[in-house]
Amino acid sequence: MTLIDKVLGRDEHRSLRMDKPLPDSLLDRGAQGVIGQPVDRIEGPLKVSGRATYAAEYPAERLSYGVLVRAPFGSGKITDVQAAAAKALPGVIDVITDYPSFIRNPQQGGEKKAPTQGVEKVDYHGEIVAIVVAETFEAARDAAAQVRIDYEPREGAFVFEEHRDEADRPPPDQIPPQTSQGDVEAAMASAAYTVDQTYTTPSQNSAAMEPHASLAEWKDGKLTLHGSYQMVASDQMQLAQALGVKNDQVRIISRYVGGGFGSKLGIAPESVAAAIAAKRLDRPVKVAMARQQVFDATVRRSNTEQRIRLAADHDGKLTAIGHETLASNLPGEDYFEPAAIGTHFAYAAENRLTDHKLVRLNWLLSGSMRAPGEAVGMLALEAAMDELAEVIGIDPIELRRRNEPEQDPEKKVPFSSRQMIPCFDRGAEAFGWSARKKTAGDRRGEWLHGMGVAAAVRSNMLQKSSASVELTTDGRAIVSTDMTDIGTGTYTILAQIAAETLGLPLDRVIVHLGDGEAPPAAGSGGSWGAGSSGSSVYVACEALREKLAKAMGVDADELTLKDGRAIAENRAVEITELVGDGMKVVGTIQPGHQEKAVRQASYGAHFAEVKVNAVTGEVRVVRMLGVFEAGRILNRKTARSQCLGGMTFGIGAALSEELVHDRRNGKVVNRDLAEYHVPVNADIPQLEVEFLDGRDHHANPIHAKGIGELGISGAGAAIANAIYNATGVRVRDYPITLDKLLPGLPD
Amino acid sequence: MHFTINGKSYEAEVDVRTSLLDLCREHLGLTGSKKGCDHGQCGACTMLVNGRRINACLTLAVMHQDDEIMTIEGLGTVENLHPLQAAFVKHDGYQCGYCTPGQICSAVGMLDEVRKGWPSHASADLTDVTFDESEISERMSGNICRCAAYPNIVDAIREVAAEQREVTA
Repeated sequence: MTLIDKVLGRDEHRSLRMDKPLPDSLLDRGAQGVIGQPVDRIEGPLKVSGRATYAAEYPAERLSYGVLVRAPFGSGKITDVQAAAAKALPGVIDVITDYPSFIRNPQQGGEKKAPTQGVEKVDYHGEIVAIVVAETFEAARDAAAQVRIDYEPREGAFVFEEHRDEADRPPPDQIPPQTSQGDVEAAMASAAYTVDQTYTTPSQNSAAMEPHASLAEWKDGKLTLHGSYQMVASDQMQLAQALGVKNDQVRIISRYVGGGFGSKLGIAPESVAAAIAAKRLDRPVKVAMARQQVFDATVRRSNTEQRIRLAADHDGKLTAIGHETLASNLPGEDYFEPAAIGTHFAYAAENRLTDHKLVRLNWLLSGSMRAPGEAVGMLALEAAMDELAEVIGIDPIELRRRNEPEQDPEKKVPFSSRQMIPCFDRGAEAFGWSARKKTAGDRRGEWLHGMGVAAAVRSNMLQKSSASVELTTDGRAIVSTDMTDIGTGTYTILAQIAAETLGLPLDRVIVHLGDGEAPPAAGSGGSWGAGSSGSSVYVACEALREKLAKAMGVDADELTLKDGRAIAENRAVEITELVGDGMKVVGTIQPGHQEKAVRQASYGAHFAEVKVNAVTGEVRVVRMLGVFEAGRILNRKTARSQCLGGMTFGIGAALSEELVHDRRNGKVVNRDLAEYHVPVNADIPQLEVEFLDGRDHHANPIHAKGIGELGISGAGAAIANAIYNATGVRVRDYPITLDKLLPGLPD
Repeated sequence: MHFTINGKSYEAEVDVRTSLLDLCREHLGLTGSKKGCDHGQCGACTMLVNGRRINACLTLAVMHQDDEIMTIEGLGTVENLHPLQAAFVKHDGYQCGYCTPGQICSAVGMLDEVRKGWPSHASADLTDVTFDESEISERMSGNICRCAAYPNIVDAIREVAAEQREVTA
């Protein structure tokens, strides 16, 4: 089936472009009463009982096991792969290399072409260059350790600081690399108050709990790949291109994904290696990356060096904001960490400057990790705002209030909806912000206590997305789309949208996700999943309502659907009597004029209380509250969980997460979960989350904005600001580990 | 080799290199236990062996002749969830679900350790262990959840622990 057939095929099709605001939503008029409710995840019982099936868990006839082999050097050319010892081991089927076809690095999310291919020339330590296939995992693993890679070493760039002056400015990506308005230099020179500081953040890893895995099987020239991927439709295209086959010869199935956070947006090396091996051996090959390989050879968030300049007048109003970022990536890769993505519209100021440059390094690929841009950009901007508030001598919330823009300060278009200040006000009240001491010195025994705040902003995006919804003769709705649920709650919110608009109890809605043969969806990334795929389901259901109304002989606007019955004109009819042989519509949403006509984003405010041990420098988060506004909250339970996860990512970024690259060869030194420190249960207190009511009529017909990445935006800065409030020590080099605090702590 | 897994008897010929985790996942079709790191760092593989929680990736299958092994599949089913499984659903003690079987098995083992009066790093008194939020967080810190459902996991366990105490009392 081609893409066009899939969307247009024989099924009835309905499409909507967001070319104008849509204040009227069926979700506000539904009678079923399930939208917004904190209902349990519909796939929950499968997950808690171990019956949800992830990529590496599907059975296959004649299954073989692949283990990937890495290049044990940072830059050079392979001269030989010595595989004889490996092949001689019992159970080993083959050692396979394919220099031109293996991918050098994963692809970025949403790309329709293959990632950079070719591994004879190695560009980073840990690059995947071969695959060992055996009858058992144990045999393959032992054999992989016996493969020797001979190579000619080459010069490499392994140290960021040594190459920072050779940075180049990449082409536009998620944002233009450089923007300018007015004169920041002049505004800084004449301002009453200024801050000019540089903040650094290290490389980070998404560290999703499920390592990347692919199970590849060819049948009649067609590849089926059970993979752990976030964006099935574009991943299929990337994989087809990488393998040199037609798009319709590749089907990816990704029903359950054990976390992604950006690391599974594009195809990773195991997919191509598994597919090539499966084809060559004519039997299924399963490859689950070792955790160390995930760290070595998937994708990192770039390290950054960010210079923030803020200028303010006597009234504490910003006159200038400058945000200049150095990030890093491999040669030939143009993705840059868009650190200023939130800076464009967070605060008012006449003079503005953003810039992004790339330092080319022989480190593994950098790409999207949860909230690319804001996650690290707000660590810098929101710390600088805290510094400015202190320079001026006003409360940090008051500084934000004075610089709340009336419209987008650069594009001069209205905000679609914006409640940042109400978030601060509600949070201040709930958290007890007024009890915060203005200066450090709240010592209780060994512990220094402090509070901090930071804003959260996250751009809202809509992506083209399709879903089919079928009303069956027995009165159920079946939603099908290649959309994924990476823990975000997609299964449940799509069911809620269908249940609300079609008037069905939730248990009469069935949701099928992650199969590349279903209508192509936006995929899970950029916080656009719920708004985009949710709207595609909405559009299909709206069309189904019209068909039901027609079958009943009434006007669709007069129709009430509830508990499987259609009610209009004083008649109530079971919908099973209206659906005939079944009704099916494919709905598609796509972005339109509203993308440019207004500035769309979701907002929030983080409040943190920390304690810092005056003797050891240990930091503990005592409590934390996030107040958010993201339009309609589709499910208060899963939405809250998204925010808990984001805030915890923020705590990790502030306090512990740091990928260390060996200065000799770029190797990731701390390539496992014992050495790369993600927060554990004891690091996280009972975080609190509140939502303000909202509706965004410009975003989409369901009025919901992105939430998956909002929670991380600014969260780490609130921790950093609280540490400063507790100790008087300002650490601008994240993560804020105790060695950086100790020299400044009181004796 | 002979094992009893989830109350069922299994005879298997086992490679000496095969971990208990891979025995279940790759040889017996019990894929509920997850592999997150294969190094005992993440806890996703946690099972109960003779009633105690264990990282199944760090122990070889050949070390478990005649052992009683309980995996997530044996704890409950979709139709008949164990109280902790039901509490994880109710409190949203998961997101992607990959660490979840390990979290739940770990919680079962952990509650038994508390019942036996075993202290933890968070215990103020080594002989009189109280049970509160900090004890749950500390004792569950061998199970990483990158989605960070930690507050919800604590709520789910606390609820079940309270119910169990009521029953015992």
